Amino acid sequence: MAVAVEHPLDKYVRTEKLPTLWCPGCTIGIIMTSLLRAIDQRIREGLLRRDQITFVGGIGCSARIAMYVRFDSVRTAHGRTIPLATAIKILRPEHKVIVVGGDGDICAIGGNHLLHALRRNMDLMIIIVNNMIYGMTGGQVSPTTPLKLYTTTTPYGNPEKPLNIIRLACSLGANFVARGSATHPHILQQIFYKALGKRGLALIEVLSSCPEIFGRHIGITDPVKSFMTLREKIKVKSNPSLDESEYDWERGFVIGVYLDKDDPGYIDNLSLLYKSLRGF
Amino acid sequence: MEKRSSQISMARARYKIVVISERCKECGICITVCPVKILEKSSLRNSRGFRYPVASDENRCIGCRLCEYSCPDLAIYIL
Amino acid sequence: MRIDYISGNRAIAEAAIASGLKFFAGYPITPSSDIFEYLAEELPRRGGYVIQFEDELASIYAVIGASWTCSKAMTATSGPGFSLLVEGISIAVMTETPLVIAYIMRAGPATGVPTKTGQYDVFQAEYGFHGGLPIPVFTPSNPQEAYDLTIKAFNTSEILRTPVVLLSDASIANMFGKVLIREAGEIEIIDRRSIEILRKKGCEWSLDDVYEMKCVGDGYDIYVETLTHDEKNIYRPTTDVQRRLMWRLYRKIMNNREVLFEYSFHNYGNKRCRNMIITYGSTFSSVSEAVRELNKNEKDFCVFKLKTLYPINEKIFYEKTRDVDKIFVVENNVGLYVKEIRSVVRDKDVISISVIDLEYPDPDEIVERVREWL
Repeated sequence: MAVAVEHPLDKYVRTEKLPTLWCPGCTIGIIMTSLLRAIDQRIREGLLRRDQITFVGGIGCSARIAMYVRFDSVRTAHGRTIPLATAIKILRPEHKVIVVGGDGDICAIGGNHLLHALRRNMDLMIIIVNNMIYGMTGGQVSPTTPLKLYTTTTPYGNPEKPLNIIRLACSLGANFVARGSATHPHILQQIFYKALGKRGLALIEVLSSCPEIFGRHIGITDPVKSFMTLREKIKVKSNPSLDESEYDWERGFVIGVYLDKDDPGYIDNLSLLYKSLRGF
Repeated sequence: MEKRSSQISMARARYKIVVISERCKECGICITVCPVKILEKSSLRNSRGFRYPVASDENRCIGCRLCEYSCPDLAIYIL
Repeated sequence: MRIDYISGNRAIAEAAIASGLKFFAGYPITPSSDIFEYLAEELPRRGGYVIQFEDELASIYAVIGASWTCSKAMTATSGPGFSLLVEGISIAVMTETPLVIAYIMRAGPATGVPTKTGQYDVFQAEYGFHGGLPIPVFTPSNPQEAYDLTIKAFNTSEILRTPVVLLSDASIANMFGKVLIREAGEIEIIDRRSIEILRKKGCEWSLDDVYEMKCVGDGYDIYVETLTHDEKNIYRPTTDVQRRLMWRLYRKIMNNREVLFEYSFHNYGNKRCRNMIITYGSTFSSVSEAVRELNKNEKDFCVFKLKTLYPINEKIFYEKTRDVDKIFVVENNVGLYVKEIRSVVRDKDVISISVIDLEYPDPDEIVERVREWL
């Protein structure tokens, strides 16, 4: 019996593009739905307007979130989402501008732009989907790949200590820094909900399970096993301290809101300085 | 592509478990996270060959929505 | 309308303001920084934004983002900076984003001599980005032309939805001259929102391959795709779609060759032009001096000054070179644009006179080198 059934989030999704290209068991979809639920909550509470949300996505599996959501959505080159989002925010300050990207897109090639966006406390919401590998291109090492791991470009093991994004973000001046995990969608939704209401930069690192690519490197390719392996490594804490942000695959990850302050964002600074010029 | 989905539910249950079978990729996460363990893989497959979940006993669903929230493909939700 | 005595760089900035520039993103690089600095003072007073980014990569992507809010946007750079932002140009071509890049050439590859001039980058301006599609490149030779061509660059980018390069150099950047500054009410300023109106009304542009642009915040839930896409912006990796897209983007520019091709032709009162000198940009100043000397004896020299390097309008070249014996291409590099001339004019001698000079080439040297061939 063919009956058209509508998922509650279908109104925010370009359903003509479903099913998604993500692998079975890839948790990027969970991150997308948690984000859409948080947005939906804000819209229903009248705190966000449906036509004032813009997504910016780069290259990689994570950036495809920008392809599947039904909002104003701009795709651009690998790693260059943050400057593009910055310009859109400056010219459309009433929009909520959300940048989605992976650990490679935002922390490697986009690292410089990330650094300056944090320093500027730019009024963006940056979601870093961290699967600790370059997934779409087949499994090369990324700045967040665990030490000593085999990857296709470090076949003798990764000699690099991985990046602790939380520590970077907290030390540079962002207003809101949090770590979430796709394995804990309720907590993730709460974090997204808070971040949507912030001015200044809100950075959320979300750990994600990648059974096909990262899973292949650690020997766990079954979607459920990969999901549960990640889930067991997660510890939930409210108000974790910076030391607990320690990024270590062996010892696990602490998720929660690491920093939540309300300094003026870049748009506030700019408006203040330009105020005398145009009377606005 | 027209969305062909089937509604799998029973009218007397307190919570209705709705599965959009065409979207399912048989990842198995919903089955694993369900706290009352009432989801299992169907013997039927969707048009791409994946076995979507069915409720073995919908009356026992507690409406926690962990399946809905943990599905990456918007393929299952609770009414 | 007013007359002002300003430098080439300042003329570019004034023209950008007159065109309705709303957003400038840049990175300081000699010799383009003073465009940036002048706009940083003036543009905010007129409701625009000028932001310095951490590098040229960020600048070009910021300009693309700004353009997608339907605001006119530009950046300014020099050789090394352009090498960094070429990926952005490719993205702009594929997504059909209007934007203007003021490219102020300096001497030499790499760091070269930042404060001195050259014409080394004529190929990079057009062919620097990956993808192999054409973009318009305009090249002024004095401040008045810098002003007029910048207006034209903005109009072109808006109506054809393409990135446009305004290729200047360090000499013109710092050359002072009288500029007739005409503003928005006195000259034609085109905005991309009027593409449909112009299409219905009819205009000199060929608009069959241009689609209307919808922007962020217009309420259409737009999707800007950098992968190969069909008319509905959906990624379709098929040969059919790729072919249609490539030819549409190609025709969009090439079918407008006639409107885009700007030049000036100088006959110096001679009855017949037997020897033609083709040149462009700052080299024209030296060439016009040299031709004065050459016409003293030979009396059959003319100068064809190009103000648009790409796309090339072959028809004008055939017309102008019909009765000419020899063609000399004088440029301040190892002989680059001459190759383009050779591929267009195939039945005459096209001789490359390459005068590499950090400042204006010496006219006497040009006279000597040309006379070697007579």
